Amino acid sequence: MKATIDSILIGYENSGRDALIPLLQEIQENEGFLSEEAIVKTGNKLKIPTSKIYGVATFYNQFRFEPVGKYHVQVCRGTACHVLGSATVLQELETCLKVKAGQTTRDGLFSIEVVACIGACGLAPVICINGEFYANVTAVSIKNIIDTYRSKDANYETEVKNIS
Amino acid sequence: MSLNIDVNGKIYEAFDGETILTVLNRNGIRVPTLCNMKNFIPTGACRICVVEVEGNSKLVSSCSFPVFNNMKIKTHSPRVVEARKTIVELLLSNHPDDCLFCVRNSNCELQSLAKEYHVVERRIHGVKNNHKIDFSSLSIVRDPDKCILCGRCVRVCEETMGVSCIEFTNRGSKSIIGTTMGKGLNTSSCVNCGQCIMVCPTGALSERNQTSLVQEALNHPEKMVVVQYAPSITVSIAEEFGMKPGKDITGTLNAALRKMGFRFVFDTTFGADLTIIEEASELIDRITKAGKLPMFTSCCPAWVKYAEEFAPDFLVNLSSCKSPQQMTGAIIKTYFADKIKQKPEDIISVSIMPCTAKKFEAQRDTMGRNGVNDVDIVISTRELIELINLNGIDMNNIQPEITDSPMGVRSSAGKIFGATGGVMEAALRTAYKILTGTELTNFKISALRGFAGRKEAKIQINDLEVGVAVVSGLANAAKLIEEIRNGRKDIHFVEVMTCPGGCIAGGGQRIGASEAIIDARMQSLYKIDEKETLKASHKNPEIVELYANFLGEPLQRKSHELLHTKFCKRDVLL
Repeated sequence: MKATIDSILIGYENSGRDALIPLLQEIQENEGFLSEEAIVKTGNKLKIPTSKIYGVATFYNQFRFEPVGKYHVQVCRGTACHVLGSATVLQELETCLKVKAGQTTRDGLFSIEVVACIGACGLAPVICINGEFYANVTAVSIKNIIDTYRSKDANYETEVKNIS
Repeated sequence: MSLNIDVNGKIYEAFDGETILTVLNRNGIRVPTLCNMKNFIPTGACRICVVEVEGNSKLVSSCSFPVFNNMKIKTHSPRVVEARKTIVELLLSNHPDDCLFCVRNSNCELQSLAKEYHVVERRIHGVKNNHKIDFSSLSIVRDPDKCILCGRCVRVCEETMGVSCIEFTNRGSKSIIGTTMGKGLNTSSCVNCGQCIMVCPTGALSERNQTSLVQEALNHPEKMVVVQYAPSITVSIAEEFGMKPGKDITGTLNAALRKMGFRFVFDTTFGADLTIIEEASELIDRITKAGKLPMFTSCCPAWVKYAEEFAPDFLVNLSSCKSPQQMTGAIIKTYFADKIKQKPEDIISVSIMPCTAKKFEAQRDTMGRNGVNDVDIVISTRELIELINLNGIDMNNIQPEITDSPMGVRSSAGKIFGATGGVMEAALRTAYKILTGTELTNFKISALRGFAGRKEAKIQINDLEVGVAVVSGLANAAKLIEEIRNGRKDIHFVEVMTCPGGCIAGGGQRIGASEAIIDARMQSLYKIDEKETLKASHKNPEIVELYANFLGEPLQRKSHELLHTKFCKRDVLL
């Protein structure tokens, strides 16, 4: 079972402000994102104003403030991917999904995250959706990939409907 | 230890531990600064104050660099000037080019720097910011596009106020001063004090301007517009019109306000006297009937909001009195309306305050009756100056006039409300009279005057030694509250003012007033107190008349209904 915010905070009794980042990481690991509730509770525990926590959390790319989508798209922006055009891939992806990096689509289907390096430079530019890697992505192929996931989801939905 | 440093070829005396900037300023050498704030630890973030130090290959920021013996400094060498100019150009590269449409036009530090360093062409083209303007607060408007990220607002909010509702968020070129979760100021812990506006070098922070509402009201065919002004206003605007800073221009202001079209001009100082009667009675009530002590003043709306957010356990300690603005407003819409046979809803009551939080206070739930607000429009000192100029009034060439009656006669006790410690002194004068039946002979309590963030005194009244404390700057209030939570018992009465120095340095005052000017305002208030004979609120004949004809007794039914309010815990993002 996943740990709740409260149960995570129990582990940080008597902690000071230096515990902030590990604490936020642990919450994100369990919740998938940092909610307003998480930030307020963290602030109460560590005696830090919430604005400071939000300031720290927005400084780092690793923290997100919206729940991840059903399909979480990680776009690699490492050096090799950058050289081979990952900026265009990201831009295309953002236009296609109508959300920015760090955000989740309204239907909750997709979320975008920018990562520094996935460690698969040989496949550059590379993206990763729910742990599945896509190599040599281009501005054209990214649309197809997203469409595949969309139709997959639509099929799944109809199947569920038919069964019930 | 005394050191010698060489600045531009001349030897100056310096002391160990000082920064270069301190020595330069003392000796009349001006170096521009942006992020630097007096009495704060320097951060050296903006780099505009860089100077050349011999033996140092890089330029150093003079605000944070300590002096050492025999150091050689160049403050305005071509290299330094070039570096500063580049910094200004970089700051301007993503700055909106709308100086002419900006609230701080001709009073902007960035604009002056651009002029000073002769930036006349755009050499660096940056991507312009495109943030939303935050109109959510009733008091403060935030335009992040104009922000140069000097961080002064963040520091004053955190270090002086202990509120910390704004902070640097995001990173690099996306950096922006923001609130928790990037929400509006209205849902943050902001107490509306406006000190962030006072330190902002540009137009990124400003008050919610309501001058157009006032103009509209003044030109309304059916409504009658009345105005009240706070005790500190009359001593805070003289320098704007070329008069001596701190000069009391009550008469001139009365005349100017009438010229603008206000039908009746009242002095909030009358409300201050009224506050004192109620507050002193409440204090005595609490002392004699074993009520909750210490009692805290509640005339500062920013402090009230702070208590509602950060110290809800102390709300029972807050005096239930409304502030002078709201008391005056309540009397205008009841007693005065009856007197001149006007319906309260046909009166528009405007108040001029040195404060931005008053805009918020006037809109609080309990500040009116039957859907009619006690105070309809609140404008700050800055907006008053705007209106005076807009209406073409020459302050140097008009005949002084007297304030309207009732609510025109005031004691000097109410007048000193404008400075930190003033409320306390005024309240003690009346409390002493009520408790002993005789007047306080020595009116002046020196221990409660001056700019210190915390002042304490013990006053002997009959056989009771009353402990009083005066704090200004909410961070100082927080410390005192902590002491009281930890069991401190010798204090009976606490005055809290949010802005350091009190209302004379409030968040709605003229921007850019120096310490000397603010001191002149304080001295001016105390001089009025020294000079005038009506030194105590309870001796104000109009107050006596008001109680006799209308209110009855202090703290009784009518006065309780009109002059008191309640507070409740506020749920915000702390």
